Amino acid sequence: MRKLLTLRQQEERDGFWMLLPAIGVFGVISVLPILFTLVLSFTDTPLSNPTPQNFVGLKNFLAFINSKDFWASIWRTFYFTSVSVGLELILGLGIALLIHSKPFGWQFLRASLIIPWAVPTIVNGAIWRWIYNADYGALNGLLYSLGIIEKYQAWLTKPFLAMNLVIVADVWHSVPFIALILQAALATIPREIEEASMIDGASVWQRFVHIRLQLLRPAILVALVVRTVEAFRVFDIIYVITQGGPAFGTVTISYLTYLESFTYGHLGSGSALSFLISAITLMLALIYIRILYRPEVQK
Amino acid sequence: MTKLYRITMIVVLIAMAISMTSCGAKPESTEKSVKVLAMQQAGPTPEEMNEIVAKFNESNPGIKVNIDYVSYDALHDKIATSMATNPPAYDVILVDDIWYAEFAKNGYLWDVTSKISKETKDSIFAAAWDITTVNGVTYGMPWLLDEKYFFYNEKMLADAGIAAPPKTWEELEAQSLILKEKGIVEYPIVWSWAQAETAICDFVALLYGNGGRFTDENGKPAFNEAAGVETLQWMVDSIDKGIVNPASISYVEEDVRNTFSQGKAAFAINWLYMYELAAINTDESQVVGQVKMSLIPAFEGNAAPSSSINGSMGFSVVDKSPNREEAWKYVEFLTSEEIQREYSAHLPPVWSGNYEGEALNELMALNESNPVTVPMFKEQFPYSHVRPKVPYYAEGSKALQLALQEALTKSKTPQQALDDAAAKWIELAK
Repeated sequence: MRKLLTLRQQEERDGFWMLLPAIGVFGVISVLPILFTLVLSFTDTPLSNPTPQNFVGLKNFLAFINSKDFWASIWRTFYFTSVSVGLELILGLGIALLIHSKPFGWQFLRASLIIPWAVPTIVNGAIWRWIYNADYGALNGLLYSLGIIEKYQAWLTKPFLAMNLVIVADVWHSVPFIALILQAALATIPREIEEASMIDGASVWQRFVHIRLQLLRPAILVALVVRTVEAFRVFDIIYVITQGGPAFGTVTISYLTYLESFTYGHLGSGSALSFLISAITLMLALIYIRILYRPEVQK
Repeated sequence: MTKLYRITMIVVLIAMAISMTSCGAKPESTEKSVKVLAMQQAGPTPEEMNEIVAKFNESNPGIKVNIDYVSYDALHDKIATSMATNPPAYDVILVDDIWYAEFAKNGYLWDVTSKISKETKDSIFAAAWDITTVNGVTYGMPWLLDEKYFFYNEKMLADAGIAAPPKTWEELEAQSLILKEKGIVEYPIVWSWAQAETAICDFVALLYGNGGRFTDENGKPAFNEAAGVETLQWMVDSIDKGIVNPASISYVEEDVRNTFSQGKAAFAINWLYMYELAAINTDESQVVGQVKMSLIPAFEGNAAPSSSINGSMGFSVVDKSPNREEAWKYVEFLTSEEIQREYSAHLPPVWSGNYEGEALNELMALNESNPVTVPMFKEQFPYSHVRPKVPYYAEGSKALQLALQEALTKSKTPQQALDDAAAKWIELAK
């Protein structure tokens, strides 16, 4: 005998059928490779024969945990991520507020903001590599003509400086993303709330901290999570600008994964590294959500 | 409604299943395809490579050749990843001298020893066969004979009152100081010492010119012996003295070419391709007519008058390729004596006959640069040194690149940096 379903149960069942193709595609292109990588991470499979072989247990993970290079690359990645995302958030918020105040030419400003974001990361890296070139780069030309430097500088030859210059290139590329998200969120804040607070005598700073910043919280959360995850996986811009040099000074965790997997051909340990990256990015996302996500704000 | 949904879903799933299976179906065609992975830097231009394909198709109409180009620095990793699928993404690959041992061990390359006739074997330089041969097995045809060369700006030297280019590194140092004192150029020499293979090439050229060696007779690393440490110390000191452009630490070959071509260096070390672009091509260079070549100097007291690095490459057929015979036909054609004779405007031929009699005259007349580069190749090649042919070269090289950079950025002493790299080589060899 056919069981009678409530309307809600019927909807749920239909929803399942409608989602099934998407679940299937997601499973094949995302879940299966992740599981495959997980299996690989417990083996010492070489790239030349990428079928899982020689189970080594936790050896790959333990080798990295005891490796100086691994911790150095983790530190560099955290530095890159925090400085890059921090600067992007401050600049992005500043630009969003500027556009929101609708100064002369704000529409042009908003439209031109998209340009750095639209440039592919590889192209962006190539542009900045030219800008930083010691003999014919625009940065030296600009600083020299302004009298800030007495002679051309070899920018990319010092590890820490090179890392910061890569961060500048990344910030230039990604600030528009945060600015546009925050600008769109600012536009949704009802004017009445700000007007009421003005009548109550709130200062500009108080209005910014207690109204705008509070209402921007969900948008900031989205921007931060997306950018942090992206910044933590940074690879292409480093590959183009410094190739991880000088002296491994810009080798981040993703770059180390690339070297392990594809240059050295150690697919097993490369997979272990990718899992460590995933675990750390997941942890960061959870921390953000815990700090910034307050359901009552959304009500 | 629910029935309609269900029917729609079933139709969509069936459509997806059909489209997925059709992805894997082979097109019904008799045409065989040969996919080639090559590099865009040295050697024939893509236009010349396309002309060669067109000629190949005149006698082999059923074989379609597609060539992909990547930069040298991306080539190794692109090959390694493309070999992970079955069948592999390419049928023919361009392989650097230093990768043959690794690729042969990994089973990427087809053994073509029996396919090479005695006549072919004898007509190509023995040193060229060394490139594609590992433990007596030949894995491809030698194609690009390259090595690093010494370039100098004759006008700058003349302006400084210097009559001849340096024959030793000590002489180069003295000439550089004169050039600096007279304000002709701020940093007289530019190198490619970035964290890439090119830094190893420059180091090896200097190392052998200082009586050093990469490995000892047992294959153990020897670059950390006294000569190696002294060589690396010389590299560090030459930056401190302002002789070497400090940006060399971040430069690869193209940066060297651009800096030299803009008249910002009096001396440079680079592959052969730089000559035409810097000395002749007015679109690419501001020092056209001022560029000359001579033997790479050696250090005073070195047994040989010069030392360079061999950077030759060969074309190989991929072992798992479903079209190995067709791929081999193309490789044979591409590297044949006739084709090399006709297309040697940008690479010295591997066939010894091309350097004799009428063929030599033809070779010299091919373009404006060959009258300079061909004799220079013959003069420099006897002093070219090879890097070790070991399966772990890519990882060992990275360790040595790191050592060079650590010393150049002064985070370690040359001795400590090279000792650490040598320890890594010993560990990799286990």
